[in-house]
Amino acid sequence: MTQTDLKASGDTDNDNEKWTLRLYVAGQTGRSLAALSNLKTICEEHLAGKYTIEVIDLIEKPQLAKGDQILAVPTLVRLLPEPIRKIIGDLSETERVLVGLDLKPDHGS
Amino acid sequence: MPDTENGPGPSLEPVAGPVKSPTGIEGFDEITGGGLPTGQVSLVCGGPGSGKTIFGVSFLVAGAVDYREPGVFVAFEETEEELSRNVASLGFNLDRLCDEGKLLVDYISIERSEFEAAGEFDLEGLFIRLAHSIDSVGAKRVVLDTIEALFGGLPNEALVRFEVRRLFRWLKDRGVTTVVTGEGGKDSISRYGLEEYVADCVILLDNRVTNQVATRRLQVLKYRGSVHETSEFPFIIGARGLSVLPITSLGLAHPASKDRVSSGIEGLDEMLGIKGYYKGSTVLVTGTSGSGKSIVAQHFVNSACARGERCLVLAFEESPEQIKRNMMSVGIDLDRWMEKGLLKIQARRPSLLGLETHLVNMHSFVELFKPEIVVVDPITTFITVGTVSEAAAMLARLMDFLKGLNITAMLTSLTSANQSIEATQMNISSLVDTWILLSNVDQDNERKRFIRVMKSRGMASSKSIREFDITNDGVLIQDTAVASERK
Repeated sequence: MTQTDLKASGDTDNDNEKWTLRLYVAGQTGRSLAALSNLKTICEEHLAGKYTIEVIDLIEKPQLAKGDQILAVPTLVRLLPEPIRKIIGDLSETERVLVGLDLKPDHGS
Repeated sequence: MPDTENGPGPSLEPVAGPVKSPTGIEGFDEITGGGLPTGQVSLVCGGPGSGKTIFGVSFLVAGAVDYREPGVFVAFEETEEELSRNVASLGFNLDRLCDEGKLLVDYISIERSEFEAAGEFDLEGLFIRLAHSIDSVGAKRVVLDTIEALFGGLPNEALVRFEVRRLFRWLKDRGVTTVVTGEGGKDSISRYGLEEYVADCVILLDNRVTNQVATRRLQVLKYRGSVHETSEFPFIIGARGLSVLPITSLGLAHPASKDRVSSGIEGLDEMLGIKGYYKGSTVLVTGTSGSGKSIVAQHFVNSACARGERCLVLAFEESPEQIKRNMMSVGIDLDRWMEKGLLKIQARRPSLLGLETHLVNMHSFVELFKPEIVVVDPITTFITVGTVSEAAAMLARLMDFLKGLNITAMLTSLTSANQSIEATQMNISSLVDTWILLSNVDQDNERKRFIRVMKSRGMASSKSIREFDITNDGVLIQDTAVASERK
C-alpha cells in the first residue's frame, strides 16, 4: 500500500473539515497514474491543506476490494466527509469529479 | 457417482465431445449426457423467478459435496445472508459449506446511484476480486448471478459489454466451469444478447402458466460439440432443489421381467394365460363409470399385500376412508394391510397441483415407500390439470420411472359412455403392456358386466369377452366366453 499524505500549507479556508480520500487502482498503469495525478490537481485547487489520499493497489491487496465494493478501476472513494461517495474512471473529467465529490452542484446530466 | 473413484487406468468410455461437469440436478445431467461443459462458460437465461439462482446454487453445491470441486458464487442481487436463507428451504446449507472452505459466496453490490463516472475505467477490480475468491478456496466452479447487474449498475454499456466478453474469456483461460445467469430478453435469448459471447452452452428456463397452473420448463438451446436433448423439459423446484423430468426412451432400456404376479382375480389370471401380469409391467384398466375399475385394481393390491408385498395407491378421486369402505363392501379388507404397513393410500385432489408437481410427488412417495406395486386411480383426472398431451407426457414419464424400478403399475382410466371402446383418453394404451377393458351393458332389465383383455404383450392371453359379477367376495368372472372376437 502506498500512502501519500499531501498537506498543503496555504490553508485559505476557515473550514477545517477533513477530507479522507481513497483511490483504488490495479497496478501502475497509465490510467492509474493519470487518475492519481488528476486527483492531486483537483485536491490542490479545491481542498488544499485539508485532504489525505490513500492509494490502494488491488494487485497487491486484492482482499481490500470487497470492503468498499470495488469493481471498476480506478475508483475514488470519498470516506470523509460522510456520506461515502464513489467516482469511477481516470478522473480526467474534472467537472464530473467535482460533482461526484460534492464540491460543485450537479447542473448537468 | 463421482467418476474419480475409478482410479487410474484406461477408461472404457470412448472419448467423444467435451468433458462434462455433473450438476447434480436430477434429470439435467441425463439430458445433457453428463452436465455442463467443463472449463467453459454456460449461460442460463430466464425471467425473474424462473429458477436461475437455484440452478447455479445446485451446480456449486453438487461440486462441493459430491465432486470435490469447490465453488465461488458471485451474487450481484442478494447478500450472502439473503442467498443462504433463500436456498435453505431447498436443503442447501451454504453456511456450512462456506465454513468447510468448499464454497465462497461473494456479494457484489452495484448501485447505479452510488457511482459517478469521470473518465475511462475498466472492470479489473472485478477480475482481481474474482481471482482472489477463486484462489482462496481453490475453486473449480464459478457462478455469476446475474450478469445483467453489471449493465444496470455501470455507465457505458459498450465498455461493460467489452469487459464481460473479456471476463468470459478470462474464466475459460482459468479453466473454471462457469454458470452465468442472465435475464431473458424480448428479441434475444438474454437481455443484452450475451449468448453471442457464450459459444459453449446456453440453457433457457421458463415459467409458463397453462390453465392457471404454472409449469416450469428447461431447454438446452445450444451445447457445442455435444449431443443433447432439444425439447422443453418440465422441471420443478421441490424440497430437494431443482429436478428436471426427462422423457427417456420409454421402456426400451428396462429389463423385461419373466416373473408373473397374480391379478388377484382367478378368472382374470386365467384370461392372462393363467399366471397374471408380468412383474414390472404397466397395466391399464379402462371402463365407464361404475364398471368396477377400482375393484379390479384393489384385488391386485389385496393379493399382493397377502404375499407380503408393499403397495402404494395414489388416489385422485376418493379419500382413503371412502376407498376402504367401498372395498369392504366387496369383501376386500384393506385396513389390515395398512395396519401392517404394507399398503399406503395417498389421496390428492389433482387440480390442487400442477402436473409436474404431481409427478415429482409421486416420485418421492415411491422412493420413500419403496412399493412393489403402484396403483394410480384414476389417471383421467390429470386432464383437468393440464392439456391432454401434457397429461399423456406426464404419464409416460411416470410409467418409465416405475418400469425402471421394476414396479408393476396399474392405472385406471375412465371412458365416457359415448366414447368408442378403443378411444382411451390420452392414447396411452399404446404404451402399456396390458390393457383390460371393462364394460356395462343393460340387457333384459339387468346390468351385465363384461371384461376383456384388449392386449397383453408377451403372453398368450384370451381374446374372449367374459361376463363377470361383483359379489360380496369381489369380482367373479364366469367360466365361459360370451362371444368370440368382436371387431
